[in-house]
Amino acid sequence: MPVDIDRDPRFAEYAHPERLVSTEWVAKHLGEDGLVIIESDEDVLLYEVGHIPGAVKLDWHVDLNDPVTRDFVDGAGWAKLMSERGISRDDTLVIYGDKNNWWAAYALWIATLFGHEDVRLMDGGRDAWIAEGRELTTEATRRPPTDYPVVVRDDATFRAFRDDVVAHLGKPLVDVRSPEEYSGERATAPAYPDEGALRAGHIPSAASVPWSKAVGEDGRFKPRAELESIYFGSPEAGGAGVDPDGPVIAYCRIGERSSHTWFALHHLLGIESARNYDGSWTEWGSLVGAPVVKGSARGEVPA
Amino acid sequence: MTGANETGVAGGRDRLPAPLAEIRGEFHDLPASERLTLLLEFAGELPDLPSRYADHPDLLERVLECQSPVFLFVEVDDRDEVRMFASAPEEAPTTRGFASILQQGTEGIGVDELFAIDSDMPFGLGLTELVSPLRLRGMVGMLERAKRQARLRLDERAAAAAGAASAPPGDES
Repeated sequence: MPVDIDRDPRFAEYAHPERLVSTEWVAKHLGEDGLVIIESDEDVLLYEVGHIPGAVKLDWHVDLNDPVTRDFVDGAGWAKLMSERGISRDDTLVIYGDKNNWWAAYALWIATLFGHEDVRLMDGGRDAWIAEGRELTTEATRRPPTDYPVVVRDDATFRAFRDDVVAHLGKPLVDVRSPEEYSGERATAPAYPDEGALRAGHIPSAASVPWSKAVGEDGRFKPRAELESIYFGSPEAGGAGVDPDGPVIAYCRIGERSSHTWFALHHLLGIESARNYDGSWTEWGSLVGAPVVKGSARGEVPA
Repeated sequence: MTGANETGVAGGRDRLPAPLAEIRGEFHDLPASERLTLLLEFAGELPDLPSRYADHPDLLERVLECQSPVFLFVEVDDRDEVRMFASAPEEAPTTRGFASILQQGTEGIGVDELFAIDSDMPFGLGLTELVSPLRLRGMVGMLERAKRQARLRLDERAAAAAGAASAPPGDES
């Protein structure tokens, strides 16, 4: 049975307010039947340093990726992971993490590919919880194993592959990396290691909207009206010019920051057909024959 | 061939300074499931910066390869022995753990021993199944910067010595 949604008025205007919960809501509902809190961080050790009592750990590298194929785990792998973590198919998942919820949004997006129905983000992430002085524990959560079913991952609805991006050229694309990566000044995010893209720049016609524009200084999502002007506003007015009716594809470097933007486009602004290109720049920037634009102008789609 | 086998130690075995070899041994002696706990212990052991750096963060070099802000500074003393100082935020325990391994693993070693450490040493710690290559490359970045700083210290010392030798006697300026 789904757990109550958070009726915090801050979320009411979003297209799908039921996809966000506040730290207050989490504190109040901790331990409730049918609710599983998940921490998903960039730093693999952060959970061990202290986490929300009862939260289970999900690591993007170790748990969500197939160890051999450059892809996510398959249906059997996902079922095994969920079963081991004590998660049932009808549980409500609330995910939070470090770095403004990048990896939490990534885990949420992957759970969505597997059709896990009720999956939500904790607005503000780990930092918000800590900033409010809320309880942390270093005790690892052990939940009794479950029998999570094997489901086929749906890559068609919310995930874009490189060929999808090629077919999509000319329609709205959102590049959520830093302005330096977008212009081609550098191939990696500031302070991030080189992940091997052979070309710097952006996909022709993509709008530059760094992921952080979706959140305030406290890491919480901005109100809907502000998000609308950022993403739907005309390029002349400094907006990305995304059509509210879609389609739109977001990308970054490896798909984690763009999961965050996908969440904003899909769940907060209601673009049903929003997709995330997880191959992102590490793939496009090395793809033979793929057109690349340098500089801060969007560039034309090749004829 | 890079000389690194599955554990990343072949070819590098003889060139790893004793304290670093001991740390690597500690990791390899543990089952994979417990190695993260050891990394966390290292994270907890990273000492605070001495005040001469804590009060002058501009002296520390930011390691851009790391996902979290980590700063380090390497000193080389008159006996050519290395001492490393590093800082990383509490919310980046993996980075702190890596910095701590390097700091403890190079404590008091000769500068030539530092230069001889294989760049892919981090991939030989037995952590490749537990932390991503991306994360481990951050540690490679720290090691490379430590080497570069040590070279810089030697150059600075040589330049100072040359300057002192050419300065006229009695010139205090």
